[in-house]
Amino acid sequence: MNFYRNLSIRQKQIAWAWAFLALPVVFYVVIRFYPTGNAMVISFQDWNLLGDRTWAGWANYEKLWNDPDFWKVFRNTFVYLILGTPISLVISFVVAYHLDKTRFMHGFIRMLYFLPFMTSAVAMAWVWRWFYQPVPIGLFNNFLADFGIPQINFLRSTTNALPSILAPAVWAGLGFQIIIFMAGLRAIPQSYYEAARIDGVSSWSVLFEITIPLLRPTIVFLVVFSSIGFLRIFDQVFNMTTNDPGGPLNSTKPLVLAIYQSAFTDFDMGYAAAQTVVLFLILLMVSLFQLYLLRDR
Amino acid sequence: MRFTKLKALAVATATSAAALLSSAANAVEIEYWQYFFDARVTAMEQLIENFQAANPDITVTMTHFPYADYRTKVAAAIPAGEGPDVVQLFYGWLNDYKAASLIQPLPADAFPADQIDADFFPMVSAMREGDNYWALPTAVRSLALFYNTRLFEEAGIEAPPETLEEMLEIGAQLTKRDGAGNITQAGMTMGMTAQDHHWFREGLVRQFGGEPYLDDYKTVNYNTPEGIEAMEFYVGLGAEDGIGAIGFMDEPQAAFKAGLAGMHIDGSFRIGSLNNTRGLDWAVTELPATADGMRSNYSSYWVNAITTKAEGEKYDAAVKFMQYITSDEAMQIWLDVVGELPAKPSVGLTEANANDPTFGPFIRGLEYANTTKFVNESAQRQLLIDLVERVKLEGMSVADSLAIAAEAEQELLDEFYATN
Repeated sequence: MNFYRNLSIRQKQIAWAWAFLALPVVFYVVIRFYPTGNAMVISFQDWNLLGDRTWAGWANYEKLWNDPDFWKVFRNTFVYLILGTPISLVISFVVAYHLDKTRFMHGFIRMLYFLPFMTSAVAMAWVWRWFYQPVPIGLFNNFLADFGIPQINFLRSTTNALPSILAPAVWAGLGFQIIIFMAGLRAIPQSYYEAARIDGVSSWSVLFEITIPLLRPTIVFLVVFSSIGFLRIFDQVFNMTTNDPGGPLNSTKPLVLAIYQSAFTDFDMGYAAAQTVVLFLILLMVSLFQLYLLRDR
Repeated sequence: MRFTKLKALAVATATSAAALLSSAANAVEIEYWQYFFDARVTAMEQLIENFQAANPDITVTMTHFPYADYRTKVAAAIPAGEGPDVVQLFYGWLNDYKAASLIQPLPADAFPADQIDADFFPMVSAMREGDNYWALPTAVRSLALFYNTRLFEEAGIEAPPETLEEMLEIGAQLTKRDGAGNITQAGMTMGMTAQDHHWFREGLVRQFGGEPYLDDYKTVNYNTPEGIEAMEFYVGLGAEDGIGAIGFMDEPQAAFKAGLAGMHIDGSFRIGSLNNTRGLDWAVTELPATADGMRSNYSSYWVNAITTKAEGEKYDAAVKFMQYITSDEAMQIWLDVVGELPAKPSVGLTEANANDPTFGPFIRGLEYANTTKFVNESAQRQLLIDLVERVKLEGMSVADSLAIAAEAEQELLDEFYATN
């Protein structure tokens, strides 16, 4: 007690701050950092969940490097990202831009766009899976068949399956992005627009010279947020292809699903951990890039 | 009068208290673990009740988990001295459990290996090593052909197919297509994702004259002219003029359940879910034979084993419990409650069971069934899924695609047996 009494006020403040911080620090160490570190250790080991862990050196990473399936999965993951992020951003911006100007049933329409975001991804994936089925149950194909158009293999095709799975994922994320965009649009001071109107600037110029530049922080946030989302896509893929997860022929398998399968169907924890470390590094780079873009100038 | 009553009461109390105390003193409690599947849990509850009635000094507690967590929990619990004394596992996992010292061999005096060889269906011998058995099943599963009797009647077909040829003919009669050529009713369901990969490995390959594996399932041997012929037959079912289509109604069993497929190959465990389907009239027959009557089937099973955690009196109790759950009585209960087939011919091939219209075809199938020794069932299944998809979606020839699959599977086997 004496020791505490002899501390300066400043030191006491620090002591109390750490006392309060202890809880989240312990939480982070136990729940976040310990498993993360453990995963990195496992990536250098062989472990099938049952037996002992044995050291494997770089073997898991070598296997990864030489595994054509891994590169296919790696490629798929970036296809999800490269198609998903721009498409979802453009659509949500267009919707937000026009919705911002609409007064008629504004709240209702906004709610409609936001609804899919609140729906469980699993339920949604199964409904879309049903939409995509061939005749006689699939909604889209029944529609095509009614007009005598040959049916399209949405999910059982090496070329169509990935975009087919991406579509509901984009759709589900729109609501959130629209809300963020609208908040961003509202935050732009009206005076800029008034000045532009007085100067007689065309509406295209207003869009490209005022609106989009001033939305930069919003856009950067959404790009990073949705990039991370698409890099971690799992629910939609797994639920729409449960019989042949990530299929056909691995054409839809993202990295997270490959990790899941290595870990919990092959019970090859070392290999799964190695893939996880790769995913971690990718996400780390994306996050650092975000910090770089958002830095104060 | 009053006094005697009181005395009687006192005596009764004293004796029951003594009985309680003595049973508490001798009671051994053992734990049994299995994965959660409604009927299996009900059946096991019944078995435990019977066992405890016969052995009042032993208490068995059952714990069950969702299938997905099962392995993780077992692996974490046993080394920690927790968890089951008797555990249920898939036959294909035995090597992993053995290697990780999670289970111990059954004692030879209570489970004499030669006696078991004589009593059980032959595929159980995969669990034998030297003079010891490591694990034993209560029930086994095999495949049979389910068919929709209503569709058969509609098409004027009187009997289910006996041979593969008849199966094709009947299938063709049952297949309906719309104007654009899309299948709207399938003669037969198709899909390596379901049970067809077993039908191919242990059924078709053998029926076309091949031998799917050699060296005790350590060498892949279906990449032969016979194997290619068998795969061509299978892929042909889903050809343009075929009797089915992969992906029709999403899943094979869904198509059959919806009454939109005439025939469907599946395991005995499907019986329960089909029984509860309203408006579906179905029956079962043995897997179709070749023209000269050759049949072949696939069987698999879950086994029970004693874990390394069981020691001393718990071990003795676990042995007794193992003896009971592999007894004739237990097998009959398992068949009646779960619908899985008895692992001993003496129970399975009784007059009543073998002639049962539903169980009969499965039980008769056991006599000519083989059990693939998988090292990683889902990965090996995936290879056959991909084999067919390469042919169907990428236009590769059956021979080329089969060669890729065989090579990949051999790699998988080599990798496994190198360390086990």
